Amino acid sequence: MSERFGAAVDTAVWQFRICRYHSSTMATEHAPARSSGLGLPWLAAVAVCILGFAYLPQMVVGAPIERTMGPVQKIFYYHVPCAWLLMMSTFVCAGGSIAFLFKGSQRGDRVARTSAELAVLFGICTLVTGPLWGRVAWGAYWVWDARLTSSLLLWLIMVAYVMARRFGGSASRKLAASLAIFAAADVPLVYLSVHIWKTIHPKTTVVPTLGRDMMGVFFTSLGLFTLLWVVLFVLRGHLEKARDDLDTLALDVEDHLEAWEKSAR
Amino acid sequence: MSPPEPSPVRVPGFATQVFQIAAKDLRIEWKSHEILLTMGYLAVVIVLAFAFAFVTVGGERLSPSVTSGILWVSVFFSGTVALSRTFDRERDGEAIRALLLTPIARSAIYLGKLIGVVVLMGIVEVVVVPLTAMFFSAELGQHLLWTALILGLGNLGYAAVGVVFSAALLRSKSRDVLLSALLFPLVLPVLIAGARATSILLDPKSPDLASAVFWTQFLGISGGIFVLLGLWAFEPVLSGD
Repeated sequence: MSERFGAAVDTAVWQFRICRYHSSTMATEHAPARSSGLGLPWLAAVAVCILGFAYLPQMVVGAPIERTMGPVQKIFYYHVPCAWLLMMSTFVCAGGSIAFLFKGSQRGDRVARTSAELAVLFGICTLVTGPLWGRVAWGAYWVWDARLTSSLLLWLIMVAYVMARRFGGSASRKLAASLAIFAAADVPLVYLSVHIWKTIHPKTTVVPTLGRDMMGVFFTSLGLFTLLWVVLFVLRGHLEKARDDLDTLALDVEDHLEAWEKSAR
Repeated sequence: MSPPEPSPVRVPGFATQVFQIAAKDLRIEWKSHEILLTMGYLAVVIVLAFAFAFVTVGGERLSPSVTSGILWVSVFFSGTVALSRTFDRERDGEAIRALLLTPIARSAIYLGKLIGVVVLMGIVEVVVVPLTAMFFSAELGQHLLWTALILGLGNLGYAAVGVVFSAALLRSKSRDVLLSALLFPLVLPVLIAGARATSILLDPKSPDLASAVFWTQFLGISGGIFVLLGLWAFEPVLSGD
């Protein structure tokens, strides 16, 4: 009887200590950044994204039809922004990786991981819309052109980055960071090497020659896609930050409980 | 009486450090022949697999670009054996700790390992290249030294990337799978340039030597870039999490 009573008291003391730990220690010493919920500006950005992407198809339909290529040219309003974001994500990823590898910046590591995932996502959009257009314009889904090849390679490396992060174990952060740095040097090399063979991809100089109506739709789409990227980047970064905080917190709790057990003995 | 001064440790110069690391690796290899035998065997089997896959009954010659592609693919795939084993050996008995404790520059470790891998790949190529030439009746004798230069530069670029990643994977569980998954996309420029250059030199009619010069320079420059990046990234990668 008394044994059982002792156990109950023990449990109660434990619960009390943990509660007190939660209310005092964590809130003051290790207060993590508030990671529940986003601020109003970000909610507004999400709303703009949803409305914008609902309206964008209307704009694309309304845009003038290109003379030589016909309606298929309209895929350009989706393809180009995605390709631009694939490239931008890679550079952000390389920047974050450099900050992590040489300065030990945890934030850089989160930035790199987030943008690598976004690079994979927008890379898929680029690599699906491109061949659809190519089938009509060039008569083939795929040609071994400099731009296509280097985009594909870039996407493959980013997939490797995400895989390394997921399956590489404890060493994977540095591994993936060096991968991103090599990727930044690699892509120009592949571009150059394939460029020696003939390149048939439309040049970037296409954009300034667009008619005014087309230009409006194009830049709206580019802006919307970039906003989407920023929103996803912030959301994902938030999640990653929360995860890191949770890990630190769990470690802290373990340390404190251990210390408390020792002092109780 | 004051205690005798501890004799100061004489740290050898950088070049000596690099040489010592490379010599150590090659000496270990010389005693067991493990990497050379497994790597050479794998390279020969890959060439044979291609030979059977592309076999022609009449014995007509394959196009030079196919032959050089086969050669480079077998070099690349067999190279992973050397890369993963060279750091696996440092895991035995935690030798890597001893290596890191010695007063040797990290960049010297990188360069030493790099030289070791390049030499091993070169030795395997001495066997594989004539074999490929024989199987596919390719004209390799025409520009022998030039082909050797291209292969050497290709090995350098390949190993420069590979050594960084095999060092980074030292503590990882799924090492072998990840090494090739990460390495191959990154070394594609080396594969493109090497295969192009070799296929030009193998062309029996009139090799376009100007292009071959371009691709050789391309290999040299990309190899140089990879070595520089490797020197830069190796230290933080090796120091662990």
